[in-house]
Amino acid sequence: MQKFILRNFTLIRTLIAIALGIVISIFLIYVISETPGFSLKSFLIAPLLSKSRLSNIVENATPILFCGIAIAVAFRAKQFNIGAEGALFISAAVGTAFAVSTSMPIFIHIPLVLLVAAGAGAAWGFIPGFMKAKWGASELVASLMMNYVAYFLGLYLINNFFRDKEAGFLVSYRLPESARLAQFLEGTRMHYGVFLALGAALLIYYLMFHTTLGYEIRMTGHNQGFSRFGGIKIFKIIILVQVIEGALAGMGGMTEIMGIHGRFNWQMSPGYGWEGIIVAIIGREHPILIIFASFFLAYIRVGGQSLNLLADVPFELVTVIQAVIIILITAEAFLGRFKYKLTVNEAKREEAGDESLA
Amino acid sequence: MSPLLDSIFSSDFGFAVLRVMTPLIFPALGFAITDLAGVVNISLEGMMLMSAFFGVIVGAFTGSLLLALLAGILIGIAMGAALGYFHLKLKTDIILGAIAMNMFASGFTIFLLYVLTGDKGSTSSLKSLVFPEVHIPLLRSIPVLGDILSGHNVLTYAALLSAIVFFFLIFKTPLGLRIRAVGQNPDAARSVGINVDRVQLYALMLSGLFGALGGLYLSMGYVSWFARDMTAGRGWIAIAAATLGGNMPLGTFLAALLFGSVNALAIYIASVNIPSELIQMIPYVATVLALALYAIRVQKRRQKIKEEALEEEYDSGPPDNPPPAAAKQRGGSS
Repeated sequence: MQKFILRNFTLIRTLIAIALGIVISIFLIYVISETPGFSLKSFLIAPLLSKSRLSNIVENATPILFCGIAIAVAFRAKQFNIGAEGALFISAAVGTAFAVSTSMPIFIHIPLVLLVAAGAGAAWGFIPGFMKAKWGASELVASLMMNYVAYFLGLYLINNFFRDKEAGFLVSYRLPESARLAQFLEGTRMHYGVFLALGAALLIYYLMFHTTLGYEIRMTGHNQGFSRFGGIKIFKIIILVQVIEGALAGMGGMTEIMGIHGRFNWQMSPGYGWEGIIVAIIGREHPILIIFASFFLAYIRVGGQSLNLLADVPFELVTVIQAVIIILITAEAFLGRFKYKLTVNEAKREEAGDESLA
Repeated sequence: MSPLLDSIFSSDFGFAVLRVMTPLIFPALGFAITDLAGVVNISLEGMMLMSAFFGVIVGAFTGSLLLALLAGILIGIAMGAALGYFHLKLKTDIILGAIAMNMFASGFTIFLLYVLTGDKGSTSSLKSLVFPEVHIPLLRSIPVLGDILSGHNVLTYAALLSAIVFFFLIFKTPLGLRIRAVGQNPDAARSVGINVDRVQLYALMLSGLFGALGGLYLSMGYVSWFARDMTAGRGWIAIAAATLGGNMPLGTFLAALLFGSVNALAIYIASVNIPSELIQMIPYVATVLALALYAIRVQKRRQKIKEEALEEEYDSGPPDNPPPAAAKQRGGSS
């Protein structure tokens, strides 16, 4: 048992962090809600009971998963590019612009629109990537500023050139049917984008752990100086991971537009890029774990929405819990003493075992 | 364009620049002090938000400006201490920890805002206190300069003063010396008996103090209410400003002045017929450009130093038998 805990220590620690986060949220609900039992039910159980909420979880998880694996690639190389949000926004705007101004057969149109969106995102990732690789400018600050630029530029593009003036509010023209991702279950908004996201996660898993490039990315993150000596082209890696990040985040934004809204209707930045950071951390920058993390995060976010709607607790409870979970997961010394004790015990037992054998 | 130029060269514009740069100077200094100490604090955004919120709330519920100020400052320092605890004790990566703090601040302020006022947008239902404006007797009567410099919020003057305070703190006090020592080489600092963790913790707490003042100005000076996520990236622009200013007080001040001017310009251009989205983009584009230019400059300087060092090595001493100890030392210090 001890050996099992020790071997899966990080996973168990992550689960404990999540459990603690949920315990704290239950506590907060009891403090502020007048009907805590009902609130709790709408937070944790309601999302699982109705078909529409279950499908909400899947819809929500899709762009989060795209952004999560996107950010994981960059974080693995220790490039703290937090520009997924901006890449997602600008890609959706550019992709929409492209989709509404072209018409083609569906089997060309869909991949082409996705490609254009991914290209816009890649360009968005390239800028901070290049600035970092070439001049050593902080990609963190640059990518963050680029988020704001993307937001205003995207709105400028849509509001000034592709705005549907017949709609009563600020939205783009409708995408042609040939650029829509079909919804596959009657009565829900679940669309094929979720399979694209899962496919992308598997692809990135393969890239990161079964190719030379993936190895180079991971080594760059571990020890840049050593990697340089080993012949890895750091310049290339630094730019490439941020380009990949932008492209993936861009696909995430575009699939949401193509699958759910059918037109660009964001007046606020949707925030999936930030949730991507959370799932990248919860999933320990591992694409397969990030799949689970995305669905978990989508679950508590849908829970938060139903809490906000049905009960008297604001949605931002979820944001607070997310922060707590991240802190606990990234705190390497959290449960460190416990691990130390386990290791010592295990070593002692092995020693005793050796002696009895001898 | 001429009315635009007129308004830019008016004293109103100068006044607006000072107003806009106040919430940038404070957090920029707050970031600079942590960067000097080797614990980059990117949670200024969150610190400002928390202080802005608690300042308004405490002010509204107690009616005391002093208590509001104290509450805002305390919460800022507490945020710094918390980040220090996570990073130094629990070994959290400081970047990820700070991202979590920012997230926490954004969520927590809206959460409490709703619980306390039933509103999730702003504290418009509360009577918010504001820090007083100061009219400087002699200065105000000077024609143009007086219009620009006099009549500001007391915190604007505090911001200008704090750049000077920052200078003395960093260069004239033992703590400042320790902060710089720890940032440059923690191991060396440790070897002469400096408690590295403690110095870094103090730097983070001081950073919280600066961030708090910036936040308090936003909600109790710049405007007189708290609105959700009202910092709008100022904590990040401030980081760019400090980086641009090389973490030094004068440089940081000038960088904040630059960003302040661009921001004020964006407000003034609004009267011209340019789509508002493009105008609002200006400060952020300017930050990216400035960041790149600064990085290029630093890199060039570094290369020059390297080349000079190489030349020096080549010039001095016979190339056959260089003194090994000296060569080693130079390698270590560059």
